[in-house]
Amino acid sequence: MMLAPTYIDGSGAVVPQPTVNQDKFLEEILEYNERFLQVVSPVYKDYIDVKLLRRMSKIVKMSIVSARVAMQQAGVDQVDAIMTGTGMGCQIDTEKFLNAMIENGETLLTPTSFIQSTHNTMGGQIALMLGNKNHNLTYVHRTFSFESALLDAMMMIAEKEAQKVLVGGIDEITDESWLIKTQIDYYKKHACKNSEVYNDLQPGALSGEGSAFFVLSADRSEKTYAQLKGVSTLYKPRSNKELEDFIKRFLVTSELGLSDIDLVIMGNNGDPVFDRVYEDLATGLLKTIPTGRFKHLCGEYDTASSFALWIASGILRHQHVPSTISQHPFKGRTPKNILIYNHFRNINHSLILVSTPDAS
Amino acid sequence: MAEGVVVTGMGIVSSIGFNVDETLHSLMIGKTGIGKISILETIHRDEFVLGEIKLTHQQLMEKLGVDLNLPWTRTALLGVWAARQAYQSAGLSKNSGKRIGLVSASTVGGMDRSELYYKDFLTDAIHKSHIDTHHAGNSTEMIADDLNIHDYLTTISTACSSSLNSIMFGARLLKHNLLDAVIVGGTDALSRFTLNGFNTLMILDHEHCRPFDATRRGLNLGEGAGYLVLERTSDAIAGKKQVIAQVAGYANANDAFHQTASSDNGEGPFLAMQRAVAKAGITPQDIDYINVHGTGTDNNDLTEGVAMKRLFGDHVPLFSSTKAFTGHTLGATGVIESIISILSMNIDKVFPNINFKEVIEEINFVPVSQLTDLNINHVLTNSFGFGGNDSSVVFSKVPSNISRS
Repeated sequence: MMLAPTYIDGSGAVVPQPTVNQDKFLEEILEYNERFLQVVSPVYKDYIDVKLLRRMSKIVKMSIVSARVAMQQAGVDQVDAIMTGTGMGCQIDTEKFLNAMIENGETLLTPTSFIQSTHNTMGGQIALMLGNKNHNLTYVHRTFSFESALLDAMMMIAEKEAQKVLVGGIDEITDESWLIKTQIDYYKKHACKNSEVYNDLQPGALSGEGSAFFVLSADRSEKTYAQLKGVSTLYKPRSNKELEDFIKRFLVTSELGLSDIDLVIMGNNGDPVFDRVYEDLATGLLKTIPTGRFKHLCGEYDTASSFALWIASGILRHQHVPSTISQHPFKGRTPKNILIYNHFRNINHSLILVSTPDAS
Repeated sequence: MAEGVVVTGMGIVSSIGFNVDETLHSLMIGKTGIGKISILETIHRDEFVLGEIKLTHQQLMEKLGVDLNLPWTRTALLGVWAARQAYQSAGLSKNSGKRIGLVSASTVGGMDRSELYYKDFLTDAIHKSHIDTHHAGNSTEMIADDLNIHDYLTTISTACSSSLNSIMFGARLLKHNLLDAVIVGGTDALSRFTLNGFNTLMILDHEHCRPFDATRRGLNLGEGAGYLVLERTSDAIAGKKQVIAQVAGYANANDAFHQTASSDNGEGPFLAMQRAVAKAGITPQDIDYINVHGTGTDNNDLTEGVAMKRLFGDHVPLFSSTKAFTGHTLGATGVIESIISILSMNIDKVFPNINFKEVIEEINFVPVSQLTDLNINHVLTNSFGFGGNDSSVVFSKVPSNISRS
């Protein structure tokens, strides 16, 4: 869907790789051999008042740091709207309140974790930190969450209701949420090397967590380094053809052909069953296009596509494809158009297209 | 971009009625849905009153005739019930060639099942089919599957303002021609999680809530679901659809003051109302009636009142809170009160703010406490939530040259 030109002026990520205050762009990766991947904690006090820090949960801290980094990079101290996406929201606080309620038979409860359990806590805390009284929304639909936030931001920019929008995707992992999802084979039960995750035969994905925020802008400026061309979602395709048609239609609406795409970043997560959907496309419809993968860096989580956008826009900024995301040394031309394709268990599929800023 | 958006279908389920007609009837005769707890399994049964839908999980499944092998949550069941009504009343169908979407809201998602099975999820996982019904998008997908909706779906969660934001986002999707019809609203079932959560905040009234009353002690929780079908005005006219109301204006603002409390000057609520009225292209004086958020908590009613005073000055329109009928239905409250507002406008009557007796001195204005005749062209409805999220929507009467059912 073509809306109006939407530019990326800043991005920040907190993920299981060093991404904050780094000169290098994913040149090396942190290797893990864990059941799930957790974020590399930035020096939180460099970004958040120490007095507030103590009361903040991990997911809020991750969000604030990545939002601040994005805003610093974009050179803005205020935005016209704040959009967040989170699949599972504040799991730590939800678990705390739920466990206490069950274990204490609905007695002796305190409000803190309940207050912080709502999905819009991150959006609310960022607004509070910025003193921002503008449009503020939280989307909570699994792997559509971040995509919905992006779409809303693009629509607001097209309607000229906003010039600058802060958009982010955030999810956190906990021992309990990991354990629960191993019961249904969503996540791998045993530790696995992240560098070898795509060959791991255990059922499920290697799970992870992360936060990535972006400053989107209606106007191109000297800060601009990428253009968000489009975002689209597909629910429960009834056939492979429907999925392929969805990709083709998306490119037509974006006024591009398959040959214009220089790189596809795919959401393979090490789940032997569902990674086939990616492989079928990589050897089928998209076979002429170089592919990259990213979930060995961050693990699987509902808003992982936000980190893929961080990588894609980083590639456009650095004019370089890091070897850590591609299987083979990248030999294609310097990317101008990058497609991100992600899906959750063949239910929720999404596409994001990001390009070098146009000449206009 | 000036294309308007209208309501062409409605569906509602709450403690005051299982459809639009029953809801209207309860509002007309002043019958509350709040009472003693008989469905929710909680140790607080005798301590609080709730706006419960008096059907058990099993009864709900049977009533709706859904596939009993699927892992239903109460939130999804209530959502399916209300969304089916909206879909039918708008005359939507699978084979119309229209792009139909669903934008739903929920605050607790499938918590009504998770809280029963949580320890089991961590150990034997006998109830493993319910593990993936916990997330907030699950009810949206269950509704989409029930109605065979594929073209677009998403879920919004901004605490108690959630479903007004679904209306806004849905209207935008239509304006940008990304869909031809969109079902917007929200669903939330009662759970021990929310009852105990609000109890720790000490904002639950043990008696029936008294919104905008000086002696108010807190809110009563409720449950329910509501959905509107929205379409572009031009499409609705061309398709000779029933047009129930115009979605004239909407806005979302953040109070940026505190995670759970509202600012003293009601800045967020003020901005939401002011911007919604401006977006509707009218002045505050054009608003005939406000269905206020009016939860009955000390903080909400005072700050909402202060915000109304700031926007309307000495000419505050007639207003009432209908939460003493339905209870506070959290993620569903915005759309449930939107439907109540539309009903109010279309029959030119203000439904009463029941249980009101004593004026709040600081703001010194009086809600409508009896069913009152009033010519209503523009109605404003408010929903405010944790995280400082404040939203307002303006609905306007359909001009007589457009068919009205």
